Amino acid sequence: MSAEIVKKKLILSFSPELAELPITYHLVKDFDLVVNILRAQISPEKEGRLMLELEGEKGKLERGISYLQSNKIRVDSLEKELFHDKELCVNCGLCVGVCASRALVLDENDELKFIKEKCVMCGICVKVCPRRAFKIEL
Amino acid sequence: MVRTIDEINEKIEKDEVVVLTAKEAYDLVKEEGVKKAASKVDIVTTGTFGAMCSSGVFLNFGHTEPPLKMETITLNSVPAYGYIAAVDAYLGATARSYENPEYGGAHVIEDLLSGKRVRLEASGTGTDCYPKKDIDTKITLDQINEAIMFNPRNCYQNYAAATNSSGTRLYTYMGALLPKYGNVNYATCGMWSPLLKDPEYRTIGIGTRIFFGGSIGYVAWHGTQHNSAKPRDENNLPIGPAGTLALIGDLKSMNKRYVRGAYFEGYGVSLMMGVGIPIPVIDEDMMHQLSLGNEDIKTVIVDYSVASRSRPIVREVSYQELRSGFVEIHGKKVPTGSTSSWALAREIATIVKQMILEKRFFLSEPVEPLPKDRIVKPLEVRRR
Repeated sequence: MSAEIVKKKLILSFSPELAELPITYHLVKDFDLVVNILRAQISPEKEGRLMLELEGEKGKLERGISYLQSNKIRVDSLEKELFHDKELCVNCGLCVGVCASRALVLDENDELKFIKEKCVMCGICVKVCPRRAFKIEL
Repeated sequence: MVRTIDEINEKIEKDEVVVLTAKEAYDLVKEEGVKKAASKVDIVTTGTFGAMCSSGVFLNFGHTEPPLKMETITLNSVPAYGYIAAVDAYLGATARSYENPEYGGAHVIEDLLSGKRVRLEASGTGTDCYPKKDIDTKITLDQINEAIMFNPRNCYQNYAAATNSSGTRLYTYMGALLPKYGNVNYATCGMWSPLLKDPEYRTIGIGTRIFFGGSIGYVAWHGTQHNSAKPRDENNLPIGPAGTLALIGDLKSMNKRYVRGAYFEGYGVSLMMGVGIPIPVIDEDMMHQLSLGNEDIKTVIVDYSVASRSRPIVREVSYQELRSGFVEIHGKKVPTGSTSSWALAREIATIVKQMILEKRFFLSEPVEPLPKDRIVKPLEVRRR
């Protein structure tokens, strides 16, 4: 019986002195996890933030998160989601050009398609939408 | 081959009319050529949907007891222009609420159309015939006498696309423009756009019956900033902003799907309007114009980082390239975004076709043609 594979989006917050810690290396090597960095904000002498997607066996993923926490890294699970209100949307596509992760695209019928898996929650669409059709929800 | 409006209307009456949308006409001409298509097709329907700032409604509220001459007027805290007799007002789409900068005239129009109650506050000085000095009440669209939408400038024939070469993000009526050519935003609906399909205004003129916000409306005049003398390219098309239309219609009979308030971050409020115009295939030349596609229709990309009346042109581009999702600027692949809804433009063109087939829409001959020699003058600021 193979172990259950799970995927989780996380936000890691760590103090400046922890910036040197090679966490992605340990997550891959010691816990056999697939690490996908979605966003990174690390600047000297400031709190760093990393948005990661981790994928792996359920038990290993949990141990990986414990490892991060034992190193004084705050781990918040990313349960927020971008919500696209189709009733408000007029399918103009003003959000398409500013969506760096290409989670928002116009399909062959000129209609807006929101590909949730690609969204990195940057929130720029919330700001640029003239119809206020996007909301970030918990 | 020559066809008159009267002949086409007779065909509508007899269920013999052949109507295609702009895309269907494009496909047919590709397959069969202009000559054959012109002999078959009577009407081609066009449509557009996008932010049209120069819009608004004339409202007549009716008289109170005792009467009031309304001078300062707000609707949901959005100022409207009084000073038109006693109880007439003009609510401009871009007027902003004193309380919420993201809400404005366009949203009041959308709320009225949705059947919502809107707060009306008005005051005047009080005269012998209008003794009352102020009111604070709620109105609905059904309850007031008239709501005449009159938009001084809609349906831009073509429009420049926008980009930003500077190092900071810009917020414009063309949306957010990311630094260092981070994106390109464009307006108009390309091959769906009414005035790009009749570029010489041969069939669209004063009095032309149109689909306006889900109802029937009319071309009232040429629009403000009507730049009809703009040079044309080999396809007879202007590259960049040219002709415009002033449109009139009854807000009470419109459909809120095609009349929507909009807020552009850092710019303000605008109204998104849906307009459709059926174009009669009066001859083969008309069919040729109607068959042009996004690859044939071009505009310019201008740099909005220069905050001046005349902004530098970055390059010329076709709507086909803009629509592909990326354009090339200085060797870089730049993502594009649109301020107009091509999905709704297509929907409107399809509805107009259906209305004609169901005899709910007959074509009209223009009362007068639109002027073809107009240019846009700048305003020079002079001291004395």
